[in-house]
Amino acid sequence: QQDTDPQIAALLLRRQWTLYSVSPLYRFSDSHLSGYARLLSAFIAAEKQKGLAVEIGVELDIKVVLSSFPDLKGCDQDQAALLVQLSSKSKSSTKNSEEKLVWSGWFCSVFGDYLPESVTEDFTCLPLFLVNGAESYTSIVGSWFQKTFDCCFRRLAISPLNLSWMAAIWTGCKLDKTSSAMELIFSVPCLPPLDISYSIHAEDANALWDTIQKTPGEITQEEVDVFMNSLYSHFHRHFRIHLSATKLMKVSTTIASAHCDGIVKFLQSQYLTQVLMLLTDLAVSQIE
Amino acid sequence: MQRRQSSKIPKLHLHAHHKHQTDLSAWRQRGTTDSEKTIQNHQSPDNQENDSKQGSLEEALSYFQRVPEHVSLKKDSVLQKNLATVESVALQRGLPPEGFEVLLNVALSGKLADTVNTRILMSLIPASVIPENSIVSSVSWLCVGKCSDKIQLLFLRWLITVFDFIDHKEQINALYGFFFYFLQDEKLCPYVCHVLYLLTRKENVLPFRIRKLLDLQSKMGMQPHLQALLSLYKLFHPELVTITLPGKVKAYFKNSEGPWKAAINAIRQKKQENSPVPLQLFLGTAQRQWRKRKWNSQMVVPASSTNENYLEDKTKQCVALSTTTEYFPVEQLQSFSQLLQNIHCLEFPAQMGSVLTNPLLLHYMNCKKDEAVNLRLHYWMGQTLEEECTWCVVDNSRQEEFKEFLETIYKAECFLQEGFSSCEEFLYKSLPLWDGSCCQSQVLKLVSWISINRFSEMKSLLYDPLAQLFFTSSLYFKCSVLESMRELLQNWLISHVIHLDSESDSQDHSLNSTLSGLVDAVAQLINFVGQISTAALRLESDITLLMHFILSFYEIVCDMYLQYNLPLLIMPPAGVFYPALLSMESVSLNRLCYIMYRYRTNLVAAKENYLEKKKAPQFRFSSKTYKEYNQYLIAMVGCLWTSNAFEKDSHPQGLHMDEELLKKTAVKEYKRSLNIVHHPALMIYALSFLQQAFPDDTTFNLSLIKGKKWDWYLEYLYANGLKGLKLFIESSINRISQASDHKAENVQE
Repeated sequence: QQDTDPQIAALLLRRQWTLYSVSPLYRFSDSHLSGYARLLSAFIAAEKQKGLAVEIGVELDIKVVLSSFPDLKGCDQDQAALLVQLSSKSKSSTKNSEEKLVWSGWFCSVFGDYLPESVTEDFTCLPLFLVNGAESYTSIVGSWFQKTFDCCFRRLAISPLNLSWMAAIWTGCKLDKTSSAMELIFSVPCLPPLDISYSIHAEDANALWDTIQKTPGEITQEEVDVFMNSLYSHFHRHFRIHLSATKLMKVSTTIASAHCDGIVKFLQSQYLTQVLMLLTDLAVSQIE
Repeated sequence: MQRRQSSKIPKLHLHAHHKHQTDLSAWRQRGTTDSEKTIQNHQSPDNQENDSKQGSLEEALSYFQRVPEHVSLKKDSVLQKNLATVESVALQRGLPPEGFEVLLNVALSGKLADTVNTRILMSLIPASVIPENSIVSSVSWLCVGKCSDKIQLLFLRWLITVFDFIDHKEQINALYGFFFYFLQDEKLCPYVCHVLYLLTRKENVLPFRIRKLLDLQSKMGMQPHLQALLSLYKLFHPELVTITLPGKVKAYFKNSEGPWKAAINAIRQKKQENSPVPLQLFLGTAQRQWRKRKWNSQMVVPASSTNENYLEDKTKQCVALSTTTEYFPVEQLQSFSQLLQNIHCLEFPAQMGSVLTNPLLLHYMNCKKDEAVNLRLHYWMGQTLEEECTWCVVDNSRQEEFKEFLETIYKAECFLQEGFSSCEEFLYKSLPLWDGSCCQSQVLKLVSWISINRFSEMKSLLYDPLAQLFFTSSLYFKCSVLESMRELLQNWLISHVIHLDSESDSQDHSLNSTLSGLVDAVAQLINFVGQISTAALRLESDITLLMHFILSFYEIVCDMYLQYNLPLLIMPPAGVFYPALLSMESVSLNRLCYIMYRYRTNLVAAKENYLEKKKAPQFRFSSKTYKEYNQYLIAMVGCLWTSNAFEKDSHPQGLHMDEELLKKTAVKEYKRSLNIVHHPALMIYALSFLQQAFPDDTTFNLSLIKGKKWDWYLEYLYANGLKGLKLFIESSINRISQASDHKAENVQE
C-alpha cells in the first residue's frame, strides 16, 4: 500500500463524509473548471435569493473552487477526481478577510470505470460522491450538477452485509503502529431502540481473522461469515444475546469507519485508495 | 364580390401613402403588398349583407385620416358617426389590415381627446392580420410623446394582446432598444417587460441590458415581470445571468389578456378559422416544484430547458469557425412545423428526462438515434425508478406521484412503440418484491412493453413472479395479467413484422438466428399463458370474464402465421379448450369457433406453403400441432354437429364417456343430445327459434329441428350474430359430399 498524496490525505482524512452515487456526467470537461465555478457560485446566489437575478462573474458571498486531482484514482481508465469547495467570506473584517471553508464535495472513481468505450467521449464516470458540509449546500450543488450534466444523485446506504465485509477486510489490514480497538455497533429491533456496542482489541480480531483467511489477498463470503459468526458466538457466551438477530449499524476500525446510512470516515492515508475502491464498487452497483 | 372588395383596397392604400412621408416609407411599400395579399386570403366572401357597412367603414377611415385637431366628440356629429361605424364594424367582423395604420395614427397623435383615443384603441380588433408598419409608426408616435400616459399604456396592452396577429416582426424587433428605453417608466414597466418578453431574440440579450435590468431589480425588488424577462435572458445567455424563479408566482404578467381578447375570440369563432396560437410562457420550471421535496428526487419530469453547458459550445465554435449554427432553444419548440424547420439546429434539453412529456422531442429522439441520448435517458429513468419505487424503498409514501410517473413512462413507450431498457430492468428487479396491488395497472401496462432481448431468463425474471401473484390474487388481477400478456405478445409480433420488413433484403442467415430466438420466446409466453389460464379457469367460479381475456389472447395466437408471418402455431391446452367449448355463453363458444377457423386457415396455408416451396424446413409446424388440432376438431364437430362427441372424442382430457355411464344419466336420447340445438350455450336460440317457427306448438320439442328446419335454424343462428360459428361450420364441415367425409354423417337426417 503506497501512501496517498499528502495534500489529498489532508483534505480527506478524519472528516465525516456522506456518500452518494452519481450516474455518468454528460459533457463534463476538466478544462472548464473555472467557468463551472463561476456558474455554480452565481447559481448558489440565485438559489439563496430566489426570484432575484444574479449576474455571472461578479464577486459573490460564496466562493466556489473546482479542482482536479489526477492522482486520486485506481487505474488509467479512471477519471481524475474532482473537488468542489465552497467558502464564505466573513463580512466583518475588511480586505484581508479570511475565507472559511463551509462545504466540500468529492467526485471520484477508483477502479470504477463501467461504461462502454463508445460513449466515453461524452460521459465522465465519477460514480462516488462524498460530501462534507451542510445539507442545504449539498442540495444546491447537487441540483446544479444534475441540471448541467444530466446526472442523478442517490444516497449510498451500506447494507449490513457490506459492513461485515468492511469489518473483515479492515481487520486484515496490517499497520506498523499499534492500532485501537475495533468497534461494532448493533441495533436491537425493540422499543425503545437499543444499541449494542461491541469492542474487540485489534490484535485479537487480527488473530481471529488470520486463522480464518486461507489465501492472502483473497476473501470469500464464507470467510466473512465465519469471522462474524465467531464474534457473535463469543458475545453470546458472555451475554446470552444473539447478535445475528440484530442489525449491524456501524463498523469502526483503525483504517476507517462506516455507518449503514452511508457515512464514512477515513483514518489511514495508506489505505485510502483501498477504502475508496470498496465504496466506488458499491456506488457502481447502485447505478448499474 | 371578392373582386369588388379587393379593388377597393388599393384605393385606400393610396390615401395612406399620400399622408405619410416619413423615411420609413421604403419598407412600408412592401408591407402594403403583403397586407393586400392577406386580405384576399382572409376576407370571407359571404359578407354580402355587410357590403353597405364596408362602404361606410371606408368613409370612416378616410375621415380619420384627415380629421382636424381638437374636434370635440360631443359637438361633432360626423366624428360621432364615424367612430360608431368603426366600433360596430370592429366588433362584428374585425378591422381589415389597412385600417390599423390610420386609426393608430389618430389615436396616438394626440389630435383628439383621450375619450376618443381610448374608444379607437378599444375597437382595434383584427379581422385577419395587423401590418407591421402600423406598429412601427405607432412606436414613433410613442417616442414623440404626444399622447397621454393612459393612452401609451393602453396601446402597450393592446400590442401584447394582438402580438400574434402582426404579420411580420423583423422591423418591430429592430425597435427593441426603443421599447427597452420605456422600461424606465415605472407605470409602463410591467407592460414593456411583457412586450420585450414577446420580442426578445438571442441577439437582443446584451450585457448592458442585463445590467440595466439588474439595476431595475435592485430598485424595485422582486417583480414578476422582471423575473420573467430575466429568466428569458438567462435562457439565451446562461453564461451572463442566472435566476431561480420562486415557485409561488401565479402569473408573471398581469392582465395579459386585455379587454380585446373576448372580441377577438368571438370573431375567430365566427370565422371558424385557426388563427395563430398565442405564444405560451415557457417558465415551466417553477410551476410544478412548489411542493417541498428531496433535492435529489427526480420523479418530477424536468421541464425542457436549453443546455446550460455553454462552455462546450464555445470550444466547438473555436474549432469550427465556419459553423454559425445558432441552437434553437427547446423551450420555444411548440409545434411540429417548428420541429421540422429547426431540426438541424435543435439541441436536446439539458436534462434528457424532459423528453418524456414532450412528444416533439420524442419524435426528435426517435429520428436521431443517438447512443449518448439513450444512455442519458437510461440512467435518469433507471435511477429515478429505483429511488422512488414505492414498494422497494421504505418510507416512501408518494404512491400517487409514482403512479403518475409510471403512467408517463408508459405513454412515452406507446408513443415510441418501444420499451425503455431501464424500465425493463426495473421491472425485473422489482417484480419479485411487488405486492400486485401498488400501481397495479401501470406496472402491468409497462410489462407489455418488455422487449424480447432476455427471453432465456424470462421465466425466472417475469413469469415466475407474475404467476405467484396470479394464483393468489383476485379475478380482476388475473384478467389484467392476461390482458398484459396479450399486449406483450402483440407488441413482440408487431416488432417482428417491422423487423422483417426492414431486413427483407439482408442476409437470411442472421434473420434465421433471431427468428428462432423469437419463436422460442413466443412459444414460452404462449405456454405460460396456457398454464395460468388453465389454473385460473379451475380456481375461479365465474369464468365468463376470465374466458373473454383468455380467448382474446388466443385470437392472436391462432393467426400468428398469416397475420404476423411467424412460423409458429400453438393450440390452447385442453384446460382452456373444453371449458370454452362447453361454455354456457354463446359469446365464448362463438369466439372459440372463430379461433378454430383461423387455426385451420393458418395450418392449411402453412402446409401449402411448405409443399410449394420446400423451404425453411426447420420452421415446419410439428405434426403434434396438426394432431392436436384434429383432435379438437373432432370433439368440436361431435359436440356441435354429429352429436357423437361422447364416442368420438379421443383427447385424454376430452368428452369421451362410456356408454354405461351415459345410460345411467337417464337422458333418453343421449346419442343425439349434444349438438348446436342442445348445446347449453345455444339452447336458448333453439327455443326462441321454435317459438317463431311453430308459434302454436307449446311442447318445445327440440328434436323438431331437423332436415330443412336444421338449415333454417342455422340461418337463424347466423342472423343472431354467431359469425364465428358460421365461419367454422362453413369451413370445417363438409355438408355436400356425405360419402367422403365422416364429419358430415348426420347432416341430412
